[in-house]
Amino acid sequence: MTTDVGNGAAPGGRNGGSEVRKLDRVVIRFAGDSGDGMQLTGDRFTSEAAAFGNDLATLPNFPAEIRAPQGTLPGVSSFQLHFADYDILTPGDRPDVLVAMNPAALKANIGDLPKGGMLIVNTDEFTKRNLVKVGYDANPLDDASLEAYQVHKVAMATLTIGALENTGLGKKDAERAKNMFALGLLSWMYHRPTEGTERFLREKFAKKPDIAEANVLAFRAGWNYGETTESFAVTYEVAPAKLNLGTYRQITGNTALAYGIVAAGQRAGLPVVLGTYPITPASDILHELSKHKNFGITTLQAEDEIAGIGAALGASYGGALGVTSTSGPGIALKSETIGLAVMTELPLVVIDVQRGGPSTGLPTKTEQADLLQAMFGRNGESPVPVIAPQSPADCFDAALDAVRIAVKYRTPVLLLSDGAIANGSEPWLIPDVAELPDLSVEFATEPNGPDGAFWPYLRDPETLARPWAVPGTAGLQHRIGGLEKADGSGNISYDPANHDHMVRLRQRKVDGIEVPDVEVDDPSGAAKVLVVGWGSSYGPIGAAARRVRKLGLPVAHAHLRHLNPFPKNLGEVLSRYERVVVPEMNLGQLALLLRAKYLVDAISYTKVQGLPFKAEELQDVLAEVIKGVSA
Amino acid sequence: MTATDLGLPGLGGLAGVPVTDEPQKAKDYKSDQEVRWCPGCGDYVVLNAVQSFLPTLGLKRENIVFISGIGCSSRFPYYMNTYGMHSIHGRAPAIATGLAVARPDLSVWVVTGDGDALSIGGNHLIHTLRRNVNLKILLFNNRIYGLTKGQYSPTSEEGKITKSTPLGSLDHPFNPVSLALGAEASFVGRAVDSDRAGLTEVLRQAAEHRGSALVEIYQNCPIFNDGAFDVLKDADEAAQRIINVVHGQPITFGGGEHAVVRDGFGLAVARTADVAPEDIVVHDAADLNLAFALSRLSTQDLRHTVTGVFRNTARTTYDDAARAQVDAAKEAKAPDLAALLRGKDTWTVA
Repeated sequence: MTTDVGNGAAPGGRNGGSEVRKLDRVVIRFAGDSGDGMQLTGDRFTSEAAAFGNDLATLPNFPAEIRAPQGTLPGVSSFQLHFADYDILTPGDRPDVLVAMNPAALKANIGDLPKGGMLIVNTDEFTKRNLVKVGYDANPLDDASLEAYQVHKVAMATLTIGALENTGLGKKDAERAKNMFALGLLSWMYHRPTEGTERFLREKFAKKPDIAEANVLAFRAGWNYGETTESFAVTYEVAPAKLNLGTYRQITGNTALAYGIVAAGQRAGLPVVLGTYPITPASDILHELSKHKNFGITTLQAEDEIAGIGAALGASYGGALGVTSTSGPGIALKSETIGLAVMTELPLVVIDVQRGGPSTGLPTKTEQADLLQAMFGRNGESPVPVIAPQSPADCFDAALDAVRIAVKYRTPVLLLSDGAIANGSEPWLIPDVAELPDLSVEFATEPNGPDGAFWPYLRDPETLARPWAVPGTAGLQHRIGGLEKADGSGNISYDPANHDHMVRLRQRKVDGIEVPDVEVDDPSGAAKVLVVGWGSSYGPIGAAARRVRKLGLPVAHAHLRHLNPFPKNLGEVLSRYERVVVPEMNLGQLALLLRAKYLVDAISYTKVQGLPFKAEELQDVLAEVIKGVSA
Repeated sequence: MTATDLGLPGLGGLAGVPVTDEPQKAKDYKSDQEVRWCPGCGDYVVLNAVQSFLPTLGLKRENIVFISGIGCSSRFPYYMNTYGMHSIHGRAPAIATGLAVARPDLSVWVVTGDGDALSIGGNHLIHTLRRNVNLKILLFNNRIYGLTKGQYSPTSEEGKITKSTPLGSLDHPFNPVSLALGAEASFVGRAVDSDRAGLTEVLRQAAEHRGSALVEIYQNCPIFNDGAFDVLKDADEAAQRIINVVHGQPITFGGGEHAVVRDGFGLAVARTADVAPEDIVVHDAADLNLAFALSRLSTQDLRHTVTGVFRNTARTTYDDAARAQVDAAKEAKAPDLAALLRGKDTWTVA
């Protein structure tokens, strides 16, 4: 029956006219055991919100263990979704609604639920054994400990098993569909469209039609539960957001990054060779690109990180677009080859989806602590352009930008994404393919040196790029390598003055890369404090700036896409403000660079908890600085 | 014997590489760079052999690429008037893999040494061989680190006294041919630097083989490990030690005086006069077990040193398969970027 009540239809026929409350934004967090399918549940609710036209932002949060011991705190997996009728910047600081599928999920997440927030619990998992496992002496559902919240106790597993009684499915299999029951209930509560989820389930389990039907049934049972029981007096509507005109889709950062590489290959007219090695949280880039070989993309899962980048560089040498994708530990292994790419001046895109470090660190959590590694993590003077996307959808543009720089300047480029935007998603205004930048390249075809010789290191006077002369081109046979070479001829040179010259030349080439000026967001024009961020902190910083302005405190926000070279106007921008605040998910790496380069006394605000900043905390930080300046 | 000669399917090693009718000479392959190996280094001999051999392939010179790692032998590309890259320590097979995958029209050669290929680059070597990338890998084995001035290598004999092992090396050495066969290399050969004809014959078969070809070349380092292979260079000694194998022919050596016979699961050397002719092993380059057993006849003391082509068998190459996948995907679905970006679920704000 759900199909005819979908689409967030007018609730006239619903539940004897339960009250409908209009909200401008809601944050929901689904939390459960890592085997409970919380990521899928969140993902589906996200698609429903997207299909409905809300703006949205998501934050998946899961353990590094694939299946940590069941029912334990380390095994809790969650998915937070923020959706609204206006443009939002973050996945939300705290949930308005927490769905807890077991005691561990409750214990791990209840601290984030504000007093008065809604808590929906799956009571079936609140057995004595499960409670003891996470250190509950008494069942919190039975005592007064949850008094401050609107608690809805739902026997989701029992209800799901009941709903699937006639499917012939065993109890265990039936119980597994309880996440779809939860999704159905929440979909009812928020007037979400349902066709998309039903279609999705039928496609996902196309090879197991009985499982597909079971999930659809469980989903409908959840919806009907909300509809028919009296326990939910209120449902909520969040109207579509007024976004810019155009056609949108929902997209994660890793998918957007992969699409950016596909698009760049097409716009450059080059085959793409991705040489890579699986690593969290970057593997989805490999997975995605491996699906699109029809675009002339070869994906090579190498024996290790070093071979991955080696193959990518070899492909670039052969005239393809070489790309490698990894996370921080992989960058450490690839450093020597990045240095070789600096020395041989070949195009190469190196994607680092940052995670918590050092060493193995926090594989599934986010951090921005690879900036200095990207800048300086190689032997010798080894300058590399560095760029960072600011949101999931922005990963697409950042990838195109990285390729632009790589092929135009013949250099490796480091692209710093991170776990939060890699797995997080948001609506993406689908670009017009014809409007994408032209990245076409010209290979060298003719000798350029004296006496008809080919000089591989004779540069373009404007970009300082050397010719890209690919094997197979008659008359341009030459040798390159990691040894220092003479300017121009490219022959091995140990000449002291030449080395000094070449070191400065390579630096000058990177320093001279054209990047757009940084834009400053200061609606009032009266700000005395500038907050500068880079990468995925764009959302929380932007949201915090909005909040601060609502308090009547002007603040300017500049966000850096280009970390090397910095935009040309950055020094001037920094000098316009009395104070500069730099929030980062590291111990102040950008602040260090800004201080060193611009002698600006930047205030570094840092946090490394593996999670994005909350707008609320940055609001306090900014407000304090602004008040200090005004006073 | 090429793979085709063995009656196996597949393309030749050089299929797709453009050829030229213009006659070539060895000097066409000499670059303008001064060769800077030590006087008497075995690398000179190998360089000359390669420069003399390549013209016989009749390939366009610009479609030949030499990629090396780090070490004395890895200077090789600088001296070849082809395309070349002197890369980083141990990584040449990885870089060459990317190049071979991207460019079916190139003949790609890797030049490496015992330290480069078997120590720091061991991982890349075995994985390249198991994937069967269409690369020709020349492993110059001098059993010593030369460029870093004389430390023991992964092929140095146990107990070797070197700068880094004044009390003797503790490491058990690799047998490169056994290692390559263990990685299921589709082509494995061995030659001695001073044997120009033998080396050239192995190079020829390697070039014609489609897939990874590992050629171990015993090469003398006159500075840090001089005379390591002298017993193979003395005519009388060599006759007793070198067992050159040829596909399809009975394995005899020492002017026919000695022969190789089966011995349990392995092989043994016997006096030809003492065994029945039908007991003499006939070399079959398609037989992996035989190849491995032959590789075990050679030990560090070089008492019996098999040369020639141990194994030569056809197997789909990684780069051919990778390109076939891309081609098939293109065939199945024309690239439509706009459709990809749109995906399945969109909504429009009007």
